[in-house]
Amino acid sequence: MKSGRQYSLRSALVHGLLFVLALYFLVPLYVMVVASFKSLDEIIHSSIIALPIVWTTAGWEKAWSSACTGLVCTGIRPYFFETMAILFPAMSAAIVIGALNGYLMSFWRSRSADILFGALIIGSFIPLQLFLIPLAVTMGKLGIFGSTFGLILIHTVYGVPLTTMLYRNFYVSLPAELVKAAIVDGAGVFKIFRSVIVPMSAPITIIAVILVFGGIYNDYIFALTFGETGKRPIMAAVLNIISTQYAVAEHNVNMAAVMISALPTLLIFLVAGKFFVMGLAQGSVKG
Amino acid sequence: MKGHFKQKLLIAAALTPTVLVAVYFIWGFGAATAYLSFTDSGFLPSKKLIGLFHYQKLFSSARWWNTYGNMFIYGGVYLLGCLSIGIVIAAMLDRLPKSAIIYRTIYLYPLALSLVITGLAWQWVLSPTTGLQHLIRELGFESFSFNILGSSEYAIYALGGAAIWHSTGLVIVLFLSGMKGIDVDLWRSAQIDRIPTWRVYASIVLPQLRSTLMTAIVLLAFNVVRSFDIVVALTKGGPGHASELPALYAYEFYFVRGNIGQGSAAAVVMVVSIMAIVLPYLIYELRKRKQ
Repeated sequence: MKSGRQYSLRSALVHGLLFVLALYFLVPLYVMVVASFKSLDEIIHSSIIALPIVWTTAGWEKAWSSACTGLVCTGIRPYFFETMAILFPAMSAAIVIGALNGYLMSFWRSRSADILFGALIIGSFIPLQLFLIPLAVTMGKLGIFGSTFGLILIHTVYGVPLTTMLYRNFYVSLPAELVKAAIVDGAGVFKIFRSVIVPMSAPITIIAVILVFGGIYNDYIFALTFGETGKRPIMAAVLNIISTQYAVAEHNVNMAAVMISALPTLLIFLVAGKFFVMGLAQGSVKG
Repeated sequence: MKGHFKQKLLIAAALTPTVLVAVYFIWGFGAATAYLSFTDSGFLPSKKLIGLFHYQKLFSSARWWNTYGNMFIYGGVYLLGCLSIGIVIAAMLDRLPKSAIIYRTIYLYPLALSLVITGLAWQWVLSPTTGLQHLIRELGFESFSFNILGSSEYAIYALGGAAIWHSTGLVIVLFLSGMKGIDVDLWRSAQIDRIPTWRVYASIVLPQLRSTLMTAIVLLAFNVVRSFDIVVALTKGGPGHASELPALYAYEFYFVRGNIGQGSAAAVVMVVSIMAIVLPYLIYELRKRKQ
């Protein structure tokens, strides 16, 4: 047997290494949080790692409701609500379509459905740069360039491959007898979906909601390309706030704006971390 | 039989939106951009073919080769960092009791953040006037100099470091779930034979996780090729074009320089580069599953 001392030395080593690595992961968040709660004066005169001497939410208030992007000084608030107005319809649509696809591609497999699935999976490895110009042309022709609806459509379209994959992989793991029994009872394809499959889909739907929410909320390239000035989604807006120059850079407001933008997905991770991790493990194994 | 046909028709109808997505928005748009790379498209797309002009331009451009080379430096740093840190952390967490969940939260939370947020966070840490350099000078080392974001040689490594911070969690998640699948008997027999834990990982556990490793490599490589947000947020490709990556190059030619043809050619090269890794992987996975 190992001696107790040797054992505890090794475990101290492991914990020491875990702790040092934890610092690397925590420091950027820590310095942003403390900066966001300092006054501008204190930020200029204090060190980046010092806690605020006087905690103030002035930076957060300004970032939320009156910080400027260019000449528009509305804070990040309208961009946040615009993002939500895009996010919820697009997320719902992508999930409904993905669930139906997953069901049809697993329980009603056919050669053509397999090909379609393969086309989606390979397509999901294509960088978005390959779609931007044709997408801009199409949005222009449909008259929805820069509109909220345009971004809803874009996020739905490019969300479908992920949701389809999540639901298909989940349904493949369910026993085929479920559907066979319902067929014997005389139920049709969609009746089975509604009454047998949908009620069993809660776990994968939680995962899909978390991943799709993060995907759309954290999007930058579509927000930048297809968002209209003044109502761009949040990731484009926060960069605009940061790069709007003043005589004296308002670091506290900037860091508060970054924190506000980061909070929604961060909170989801803290509350539903287990599902987030499961989703990453499953969503990563394509096919 | 009639009912059967009707059913097939219904299924086909239900899949139509997805067919539209795959055929039109993914493969159709992809083909359209490939086509544009052979045209004289400037600010607006044009249909006039001019052969390989844009590819010749691209391949004789020093800026492009610097950008494309950056992708390999950044990618190398990113993959090595994420994989080595991620695998070590996963192995340590794997042996810890459930109470170590706090550690897991700490290593994984950056994954929930966007790459824009990641870039801005690291800009704050690395900025010479407010960040690390300022901090160390205040401690009394007045001549300490650390301005990695302003260095044309090292800015690309700053991008790599920030990206490692963001994505190491992905490797941890993949390997932890892979390690869970490993036989407990193996651990028992290793304990009886008094094999040190690290050796069990190095010579027994990790070799069994080869397919996990491949998945991780493919996903990380895809992240490398599409990297755009983090570059804009952290260095804007600068100083000059020193830390530019292909996705930013393509974007700038599309929307700033008004040279859609050239931007399309860059995008096509990006896609070919990533497909050289993804396609063999998918074929391998498919074969494995069929066996």
